[in-house]
Amino acid sequence: MSTTLDKTINDESLKSLLSQAVEYARANGADQVEVAASNDKGYSVTARLGEVETVEHHNQRSMGVTVYRGKAKGSASTNIVTAEAINRTIDSALEIAKFTAEDECSGLADAELMAKDYPQLDLDHPWAIEPDQALQQAIRCEEVARDDKRIVNSEGASVSSISTQMVYANSHGFAGEYRGTRHSVSCSVIAGDDKGMQRDYWYSVDRNANNLEDIESVGAMARERTVRRLGGRGMKTCSAPVLFEPTLARSIVGHLFSAISGGALYRQASFLVDSINKQVLPDWLTITEDPHMIGGLGSVPFDNEGVRTQPRKVVENGVLQGYILSSYSARKLGMQTTGNAGGVHNVRMNDSGKSQQELIKAMDKGLLVTELIGHGVNTVTGDYSRGASGFWVENGEIQYPVEEITIAGNLADMFMNIGAIGNDVDGRGNVQCGSILIENMTIAGGS
Amino acid sequence: MENLDIARNHLLAPTGLSDEDINKALSEALGGSIDAADLYFQSTTRESWSLDDGIVKDASFNLEHGVGVRAMSGDKTGFAYSDDIAMSALLESSRAARSIAKSTGVNEMQSWRVQTGHTLYTPDNPLSVLNENEKMDLLRAADTTAREADPRVKQVMVSLVGTHEVILIARSDGTLAADVRPLVRFNVSVIAEQNGRREQGSMGGGGRYDYKEFIASDAANEFSREAVRQALVNLEAKDAPAGNMTVVLGPGWPGVLLHEAIGHGLEGDFNRKGTSAFSDRIGERVASPGVTVVDDGTLPNRRGSLNIDDEGTPTQCTTLIEDGILKGYMQDRLNGQLSKTASTGNGRRESYAHQTMPRMTNTYMLAGDCDPEEILASVDNGFYAVNFGGGQVDITSGKFVFSASEAYMIENGKITYPVKGATLIGDGPDVLTRVGMIGNDLKLDTGVGTCGKEGQSVPVGVGQPTMRIDGITVGGTQA
Repeated sequence: MSTTLDKTINDESLKSLLSQAVEYARANGADQVEVAASNDKGYSVTARLGEVETVEHHNQRSMGVTVYRGKAKGSASTNIVTAEAINRTIDSALEIAKFTAEDECSGLADAELMAKDYPQLDLDHPWAIEPDQALQQAIRCEEVARDDKRIVNSEGASVSSISTQMVYANSHGFAGEYRGTRHSVSCSVIAGDDKGMQRDYWYSVDRNANNLEDIESVGAMARERTVRRLGGRGMKTCSAPVLFEPTLARSIVGHLFSAISGGALYRQASFLVDSINKQVLPDWLTITEDPHMIGGLGSVPFDNEGVRTQPRKVVENGVLQGYILSSYSARKLGMQTTGNAGGVHNVRMNDSGKSQQELIKAMDKGLLVTELIGHGVNTVTGDYSRGASGFWVENGEIQYPVEEITIAGNLADMFMNIGAIGNDVDGRGNVQCGSILIENMTIAGGS
Repeated sequence: MENLDIARNHLLAPTGLSDEDINKALSEALGGSIDAADLYFQSTTRESWSLDDGIVKDASFNLEHGVGVRAMSGDKTGFAYSDDIAMSALLESSRAARSIAKSTGVNEMQSWRVQTGHTLYTPDNPLSVLNENEKMDLLRAADTTAREADPRVKQVMVSLVGTHEVILIARSDGTLAADVRPLVRFNVSVIAEQNGRREQGSMGGGGRYDYKEFIASDAANEFSREAVRQALVNLEAKDAPAGNMTVVLGPGWPGVLLHEAIGHGLEGDFNRKGTSAFSDRIGERVASPGVTVVDDGTLPNRRGSLNIDDEGTPTQCTTLIEDGILKGYMQDRLNGQLSKTASTGNGRRESYAHQTMPRMTNTYMLAGDCDPEEILASVDNGFYAVNFGGGQVDITSGKFVFSASEAYMIENGKITYPVKGATLIGDGPDVLTRVGMIGNDLKLDTGVGTCGKEGQSVPVGVGQPTMRIDGITVGGTQA
């Protein structure tokens, strides 16, 4: 936006700023140093009830540095990305490292693990669309979503487009950079009848705007999903199979990854401590991670420590093959980093070859969950209890919407009781999976 | 005036921006059919120290600044921001923000008028009252206390976080306002193990004061012992029940119920748009007689308090529910105007890079007259929850949840045994009509709340007396 921005979004100059930062830190007392910077630019527009509601221009930079004096660590960050501010930030980190305790496990990832050459992942697809045109799309999306008498109100439709530049450098001499885009269309509307109001939504997101779902189909999905929730009933407390829609099934897989992440494991703060090479999922299930998926939303050429990322099997035939580690948590556990500093990248799994419809039929009697609320997940114990709404299924068919219920169990059991995974894969996230059927959970309701 | 001087020195002086420049930027944003515009200058320094595995192994320091420009026309908002506090960037952001304007208008910048706020906290930098060694000593003391409290304690994590924020608000109606906000937080979290079973406990607190308060209040010892106590209780906990039952909530942090069940639903934006389950219900009974709930941003030194909100409006104590009757909504300027009422001083934003919305400050229920013992004794068979994690609400359907982290069964009026945490789910407009008894022990939380809305986080407070709810769904595993 401003002239200073134009100077720093230029990849070469941001990269050279960071290389200078590494030199400055080394010259001022750091034995090791790493610096990362990012720059997000873009906009989001929202239309509500057929008119523009907000136009928001984004332009955010940030820079973070970690230094080591021997094995003592100090970190600092800023959003002021000029050479002078970066040096001041490094001074702050160096000052902190005079006080923090030495930790044998600390330090950069090993030099031989750096992503010396990394693949081009086709992540950068700027969208040639002005906010005004984006607004027209949002208006059309919402118009389709409101095209039903039962839709009585709207939270609006949004179109957003963000470009990101990531740069990383450390004192091993590694410096890497990649860019990526993220475009999305979303719509949320409200249906009403004499019993009350219900809201639901739909969205599409991709690195390439050409791959976005058609704007009218996003609106239509938002409409259908909202209208079908009208007339929600309470439930009697019972035990039953639970089928999680793909958008929510993703969270179940996310809980597995939290429980096998290095930070939780070395603190003994996980119900899956010492689970490597052990059966954690049914024997037909294999989970892979592919950081190099072309155009993938979770694709990265190197992790937050400059470590080259690699495709791998996290779970094979239900047996855990590896944890989710950074170099620090790996050293704490006496292992090697898995290139997951910053998280997992493009998680996928095999499915049971059945559609959601077929899974509902196979379930015969149980709960299809379409929304979860709350944070009732305990990674230390695996205890799981969340608010839910969805549809009651009997005779293999959806009977009526249900709400104001909770579903509960223990994640260790829930994982082993995964009966099937649908082929209705939701590709809109870092974890891509279909509907997940869990054979038995406790459902609590007030009727 | 003191805060305004600090803000000018801190935000404007280094870049050479004058009041005249701000006037120019606002005039630029006012072009076309824009009714009102505002600028939000912000500078934040933040540090955090953390202890893990017995050593203070990491600490970080963060410095950020920037300016956000907002232009409004009716219910339309244009917004842009820059991390560069300089005239060129300011003018560019102003032009981007006013791009929502379609026609030409005649609105002009009004002459300056300084808006002063409350003095609920001191403007001093809370980070600089202790040196590095003193901060680390505080963390280590908490670690030692927790480990000495019980041999079953296997892990202790301690953190100390401090923030010092300077803001300056300039509006096209001529309002000029500033605030300097300290915020500190101390937290202890432990894992205890017994016969292969592990459970956690955690306790923290803070507010708009400085680190010395943690020393004065003996927080390192208090929080550690409490975190250990919770973990040990959980080691003995049995599976929680599932189904509808009478629930007694303890005082203080369980007030998160109010935040989720009614607080969000009474925010002005949702009600102006008619998307809340509470829309158009002012004057109606939404709670039992005796239930009075307020949102009060004026409590000295509280985490959720503000001298002025992020639009420069002094905060106030807003009555939301009085003796069971819905009285009012929480408003920012835009939603207040569009609803033909005034701002209640609830306009808040996470930072210069985020848009203002109506948000809560400290939300709590006033005390009743029942003895808490008498409330427990009145329950034949029920669930007693004294500590909670977070919660969430669907403001349109009104359904809300909040998750207990320490709970007990009540049998024949007596607490019998601890049960595992469980999520409770209810209906916002209905739940407070089931309040059967209200305790005389109103307590505010210790200063740990962070509220999320549309991706923005702001610090908040909650509170309540002991309270009995005659029927809410408890989401345990024992059907």
